[in-house]
Amino acid sequence: MPRTLPKPTPETRHFWEGCKLGELRLQRCRSCGEAYFPPRPFCPECAGRDVEVFTASGKATLYSYVINHRPRADIGTEPHSIAVVTLAEGPRMMTNIINCPQTPQALQLDMPLQVVFGNESAEISLPYFEPTVQP
Amino acid sequence: MRSKGVAVVGAAETTKLGLIPELSAIGLHADAALNALADAGLRPSDIDGLATAGEYPPALAAYLGLAPKWIDGTTVGGCSFMLHVHHAAAAIEAGYCSTVLITHGESGRSGIGRASHAASTSSLAAEFEYPYGVAGATSNLTIPALRYMKSRGATEEDLARVVVVQREWAAMNPRASLKTPITVDEVLNAEIIAWPFRKPMCCLRTDGGGALILTAATRAKDFPRKPVHILGSGEAVESPMVSMMRDFTTFRGFRTAAADAFAQARIGHAEVDHLMIYDAFAHLPLYGLEDAGFCKPGEAKDFIRERNTAPGGKLPMNTNGGGLCYMHSGMYGMYALQESVRQMRGIAPAQVPDARISVCIGVGGMFAAAGVVIFTNEARQ
Repeated sequence: MPRTLPKPTPETRHFWEGCKLGELRLQRCRSCGEAYFPPRPFCPECAGRDVEVFTASGKATLYSYVINHRPRADIGTEPHSIAVVTLAEGPRMMTNIINCPQTPQALQLDMPLQVVFGNESAEISLPYFEPTVQP
Repeated sequence: MRSKGVAVVGAAETTKLGLIPELSAIGLHADAALNALADAGLRPSDIDGLATAGEYPPALAAYLGLAPKWIDGTTVGGCSFMLHVHHAAAAIEAGYCSTVLITHGESGRSGIGRASHAASTSSLAAEFEYPYGVAGATSNLTIPALRYMKSRGATEEDLARVVVVQREWAAMNPRASLKTPITVDEVLNAEIIAWPFRKPMCCLRTDGGGALILTAATRAKDFPRKPVHILGSGEAVESPMVSMMRDFTTFRGFRTAAADAFAQARIGHAEVDHLMIYDAFAHLPLYGLEDAGFCKPGEAKDFIRERNTAPGGKLPMNTNGGGLCYMHSGMYGMYALQESVRQMRGIAPAQVPDARISVCIGVGGMFAAAGVVIFTNEARQ
């Protein structure tokens, strides 16, 4: 059973096109400087319509999560994280933390993360996050 | 304080609670409505206002044989009924209608004639949250808890203690689903549903319903039951996406709705005798105690551990056993309101002696909406 995937809208298409190219695209208000997510063609802070799309660093920290022990049929059978991360640019987004054990010990709040894109379909790559590899 | 005032003159739950396979969702609305009408000594023709969540108000009006001239179909999750009370009080005071029926019915366990809660496939939540596997409230409304716990120094034991205390209250309620005492260790050894949440920390799934009837306080003395006055109320919303909740350690909805309700009631927290905080999951009473101003940030866990909310404590909370132990059909807020009304009438199974003021706090969706109602059994000028 394939994972249920997002259906882009005219207002969000740039985000999903970016993910396909390996870019995490956010928006920023040219008037007040606010970076924001999810996508919309105006600034949620000041209502300004003069906004731009930019590519974020892909760096984030772990804000909060659960480890879901009753996974949805389209996700799999093993317990998995459902997390909210704080992007380096400020906005938050929901994601899964992957490429690490799905345990409380391996998933520490505030740990550094980086984006990694999962190729799910011809149109959709989902942004996931993994622990930053320490040099 | 309201200038004239509005009171609850009818209140009832469905005849049965828990497993009711013989009734569909609208049938549960109707059973509760008929019980509330009988409680108030009213006929359907006396009702000129109708508020409900989950059912289309015209469908319910037709089913019950009502001809309302005021309706409210606000459906924002489990606290919808707190918002209905807030709206109905204003409508009665404005003269839009005189007698409002508020109903809830949900076949949460049997799933008969159940209204669909499926999110639109084109919503932002469907696009930016659903693909990551959120599977209902258990793996969604729970996500902020770990951040709250880290910020406040709260532990899994603190979550477990919420369950333990509420089970003590449930043991005194014959209609409660889970009445067997439970220990912190037993909670912490129970099945993990969505870590850090274990099964007893998650709400029940049951069938049931409830209904309230409100009218002007000046008329309330003519009804068979002791009127329960609405002293203050408030509502607020934040975001339908939990990932967009501004601060995972505090819910703006609770803060705004409670502040407005307390300001309108013109009471201080020390005057509150009884408290209900919607507990779909064990972390919500901790948020509610702090966000509504009963505890300073970080003190809710200690307040519960020191048994202030337990039987015999100074602020009895969730005295029906709550959504964790009493019942939870899906939109539990109606049952929290029913328990506040029972406490103010002096007829609750676990009655708080001499309780005069009850505060009822509801959450809707994934920290999306909030409603607060403050009741009293004392007539106000």
